[in-house]
Amino acid sequence: MPLALVAELTHRCPLHCVYCSNPLELAKRTAELPTETWIRIFHEAAAIGVLQADFTGGEPLVRKDIIELVSAARKAGLYVSLITGGLPLDEGKLRALVEAGIDHVQLSFQGASEETGREISGTSTHPHKLRVLTWLKQHRIGVTLNFVIHRQNINELEGMLDLVEEHHPGCVEFASVQYYGWGFANRSRLLPTREQLDYCVATLKNAEGRLKGKTRVVFVVPDYYAKYPKACVGGWGRKLILISPGGTALPCHAAMVIPGLSFDNVKEKSLREIWDTSSAFQKFRGEDWMQEPCKSCDHRHQDFAGCRCQAYLLAGDPAATDPVCSLAPTRLRVDAILAGGHRPIPAVPEEKPHWVYRPNPA
Amino acid sequence: MKPDLDATPRLAAGVRLDERTQQPRMLLMPERVLRLSGPSLEIVLRCDGKNTVRQIAEELHKLYSKAEPQRITDDLVGYLGVLHDKRAIDF
Repeated sequence: MPLALVAELTHRCPLHCVYCSNPLELAKRTAELPTETWIRIFHEAAAIGVLQADFTGGEPLVRKDIIELVSAARKAGLYVSLITGGLPLDEGKLRALVEAGIDHVQLSFQGASEETGREISGTSTHPHKLRVLTWLKQHRIGVTLNFVIHRQNINELEGMLDLVEEHHPGCVEFASVQYYGWGFANRSRLLPTREQLDYCVATLKNAEGRLKGKTRVVFVVPDYYAKYPKACVGGWGRKLILISPGGTALPCHAAMVIPGLSFDNVKEKSLREIWDTSSAFQKFRGEDWMQEPCKSCDHRHQDFAGCRCQAYLLAGDPAATDPVCSLAPTRLRVDAILAGGHRPIPAVPEEKPHWVYRPNPA
Repeated sequence: MKPDLDATPRLAAGVRLDERTQQPRMLLMPERVLRLSGPSLEIVLRCDGKNTVRQIAEELHKLYSKAEPQRITDDLVGYLGVLHDKRAIDF
């Protein structure tokens, strides 16, 4: 049974981040599930053993019923995390969320400066996020700072660590951009260089020692540089169920890019039924579907053959070994992409990067 | 980092026990879960910010009276150190 429910409450968002994990086709407000359906899902989730609910989006705080949803999920027995950009937050709203039972807030940053934040999210966010950070400290809840890192902001790593040292959140995540959806579209400007990655690893290792016992440091590696693939979502259909704003039940954020999968909707079926019988969840569950070299490789118990969406995007076959794996027959494609990203960054910036910004759905 | 015997450990911000009480009991934390049963659960249940490590040790000595008390205290202090570094408790 799943341990975590990712509740993608909406695709609406005041930010337009160039690596957003939402699909390219965003759900409209009118397609969003009503309050009572979400509340039913929380109870069904707790009943089948789900422990954690991650409220995400888009920006989950743009839902007018967010306080009611937090309260309902908590009453159902779930540990409630809010994954937010912080923009719609004020002191009163935060207090109401805490009173409703929020357990943990993950606040995202696009960099350590206003300039980078504006460049990446297409809007001004940094000063407000700093205010949110000071408000969060007034409550006894879990706080994680999340920095999505890439070629354009690794040079601000020290500034990001200064923010961590100043505020001492329980956890800080340095999450390398993963290349799906909007991140895939903007990949050539986001892929870090090998030198940047080495600098990043050394700096974070150092910070980890300094912050031990105060702030837990988590580094999500850029898997194009990895030797073995990530255990994407802890294995397909093993630990996690994601519900899209319109109620589609997915094994991961990006699963809709894989052609030929058929997904169920919580409007028609219970969570238990979907988990047990949905053909999309069954498709890559377990090991029977695996190809060589995964099929006979010991690493398959740790990485579950990597990411199905990445296998589709880079190898054209969702059942293939994740091409980032050093043992994958298609690894050369990843190496070719990295070689293309090794061009030096020009001293004088070229014209404004042609980002594909994620729009706000109607 | 290991605690002093006079320290009063408590669950860190954002950490709580699952209200469902079947064992193993789940310690819920940001992005993670720890499964607790037996001595680990007995210890975490007493991390309330009031009990000192010494008091927790004395209660464990009674609960596990067949084990050598100093060994229990050493294991307790070691385990609290691990929980602290996982950011599960403060002291």
